[in-house]
Formats: sequence, structure tokens, C-alpha cells
Amino acid sequence: MNGVHDMGGMSGMGPIRHEPDEPTFHELWEGRVYALSRVLRTRRGLWNLDAFRHGLEVLPPVEYLRMSYYERWFAWMLTTLVAAGDVTQAEIESGKPSTGSPRKAVLVAPEAVSSMVDRRASARRDVAVVPRFKSGQRVRARNVHPSGHTRLPRYVRGKSGLVVLDRGVFLFPDTNAHLDGEKPQHLYSVRFAAREIWGDQASRRDLIHLDMWDDYLERV
Amino acid sequence: MDGTRRGFFRAAVTVAGAAAGAAAAPGLAQGQEHQAIPSDLTLRVKSLESLLVDKGLVDRVALDRIVDAFETQIGPRNGARVVARAWVDPAYKKRLLTDASTAMEEIGFHRHQGEDIVALENTARIHNLVVCTLCSCYPWPLLGLPPVWYKSAPYRSRAVIDPRGVLKEFGVDIDADVEVRVWDSTAEVRYLVVPERPAGGERLTEAALAALVTRDSMIGTAKVTLDVTKAPA
Repeated sequence: MNGVHDMGGMSGMGPIRHEPDEPTFHELWEGRVYALSRVLRTRRGLWNLDAFRHGLEVLPPVEYLRMSYYERWFAWMLTTLVAAGDVTQAEIESGKPSTGSPRKAVLVAPEAVSSMVDRRASARRDVAVVPRFKSGQRVRARNVHPSGHTRLPRYVRGKSGLVVLDRGVFLFPDTNAHLDGEKPQHLYSVRFAAREIWGDQASRRDLIHLDMWDDYLERV
Repeated sequence: MDGTRRGFFRAAVTVAGAAAGAAAAPGLAQGQEHQAIPSDLTLRVKSLESLLVDKGLVDRVALDRIVDAFETQIGPRNGARVVARAWVDPAYKKRLLTDASTAMEEIGFHRHQGEDIVALENTARIHNLVVCTLCSCYPWPLLGLPPVWYKSAPYRSRAVIDPRGVLKEFGVDIDADVEVRVWDSTAEVRYLVVPERPAGGERLTEAALAALVTRDSMIGTAKVTLDVTKAPA
């Protein structure tokens, strides 16, 4: 979707605020939101990484820009818990399980934390898929504007680049985010001249690399 | 995509807006919001946590342990070990640049942590800079959770269109004849910049060198210097 999250190349966002000795979490609640999300996202379906990202993207643009990072996560979490049927809106408001609601199985036991905390589910898929492109080939990023989730940023659409490397087969976020299947396909490292994207204001020496799936590319 | 999924995300907007929107403080620029979060969020997160604990879904001790792991164990010291090893061992550096997963395994990282991590070498002629314009992708097994500036609109919007200007803001001047390579993390591949080894540190041990390697230098927004007082983070 052409959302406000797709920020590459936008102006007017202000100075970069670098904070020396920045803590991991600025507030206790941020750490709790992070940990809760890690626990909840051990599940599949609605909780998959791409659906999670899309759940943040569909926040109203004004809210997206105004909220802090973990505030967005908290908003996503509330929404998804209700959508998944884990809790009701009334329970969120009261902070208590409604009378007679069934007790659920714990998602992550304390003993399981050390073996899950530094891992992420790989998006690589061990399936044979014929690559549509090969390294050294000129390609163009398709000029498409999907209304759902995509990892094809606006700034690169319609631009020509060079396939540098075939990274292998990965699940396709555009479908996985919507639970429409993993549609595994080849992922490539594609190099673009900065001038191809930004014109003469960019240095003629500079390059931008993106990781792009087969479905994002066409032959030149 | 079918109509049900669309319906879910439309509903998502409504619930999220009602749940979180009302709590946000107005008029704050990106990157500084965390300093002025209304205390209401503390209460609401606490309330959700206790609801999920009462429901049986969540164990509080597990949450404590996850927070603790990221506050005390998983951070840029991991990446610094990899960089320092590459500086002192040219054969290791070569393996790191061609197959980072295997190279990381050699110094004690598990394969699943290193999967799809790509190491990028900064040299006198090439300067690499990593960004995620769409969200906040970051090599957290090696660097921990990303700093606020990395996740915020100013960096995400400008790193691709004006990398030299951004680097200047970080105090890094790049000569006109150096090639700047920006890496936008659009997929599940994570990038680690191997900064240039500082001149003058030839007699330092691997551990002493690792202590010089900053988080920002492994994102590409800083150079490594022997003067640690000049190192930003």
C-alpha cells in the first residue's frame, strides 16, 4: 500500500535525533510491549511477521506519525488480540477476564525463553523454484501500486537496476501478510544507481541496494 | 486477497484508533515522543498484561526474562566481536564477507542467529550505510534492538535520498570520490557493516579492538576511532 510508512525519499521529517547512551527501553511499558509481542508472535496466521508489519501500516497515517514505536506495537496488539478472539473489547476495558471465559494454554513458559529469545523464524524456504532472473541481468522494478502489504518501496518503482546476487528462495510477504499463502520465490540483491532514482542531485558514484522478489521485477 | 482479510484490517484501524489514538500526546516530532509518553500508557499496558496473565496465555516470568535478555545480553558487543575478529584475521574476514552465517558460527553464534546476515566491508573507497525505509529491520542478534533514531521518520526518509547529508549530520564526512552504498533492508536479510580498522591501533589485542567498535559504526553512521571519547554510541 502507498502508506505513510513508505518513507524513503520524503522531505520535512526534521533532524535526526541521536541520543548518546540510549537505553534499550526508555520506559518500563516499552519492554513489556516488546516482550508481550514476542510471546504472541510465536503463533502463526494473524501473528506472522508480515501480517504484523501490515497491521502497523494500516494505522491511520496521522496516528502512525504521532505514535512512538512501541505505542504502534501496542495498538497492533490490542487489535489483533480482539481479531484473533483471544480477548474481547470489554475485557480490554476492564482488564479482567469475563466470567466463565476459558483458561488458555501458556504460549511461552519461562524455561523456553532462553531458546527462543535470540531466534527468529527464517523466511527462507527450501523448495525448488525456477528463478526468473540471474545475476548480471538488467531489470526494472515494476510500476505497481498494490493496495495491500508490499515490500517494494515507492521510490524504486519503474527504475532500472542490476541483479547483483540471487539470494535463494524466500516466502513472499505480499501474500503472506494477508494469509494468502507463502508463494515462495527467488529474492535478489538489486543495485540501482542513485542517479537513476533521484536524478542529478545524487552523486554519480552512489548506489542503492534493495532485496527484491521475482514478482517485483520485469525484464528491461 | 479476499474480502475477509480486508475487513479485518479495516476493523483493525478502528480498534487501534480507539485504543491507542486517544492516549497519544499531540504535537510531538518523531524521535522525541518517547520522552513524553503519557503515563496512561503505563497503566494500559499493565492492564493488558494482567488480563493476558489471568487468561493463562502469558507467563509474567517469561516476559521478565525476555526484557532482561535484551537489556543485558543481546547488544552491539556481539557485533563488535565479529568485527574485531575480522580485523585481526584476514582469512576470517574473507569468510565473513562471503558467508557471514558460517563465520559467525565459528565464534560461537548459532547458525539460526546468523542466517541471512550479510557483512559489508567499509574501505577507503567504499562506504556502506544500512537503513530500513519501510519499518525497522536491523540485525538484532548482533546489535540488539535498534535505537530510536534508526526507527524514526527523519532517518528512514533521508538515508536513501541524501546519504551524504545524513552522514554529515552524524559527523562523518565522505570524500566526493568515495562510493556510498546504501542498503535498504526490504527483505529478511540483515546487514552488518564492518567498519574500517582505525590506523594506529596495530598493537591492540582483539578484545581491545572490539571495545572500540561502536553500534553506529556497524550501521554505517560512524567511523571507528582510537579516541573512545569521540565515539557517539
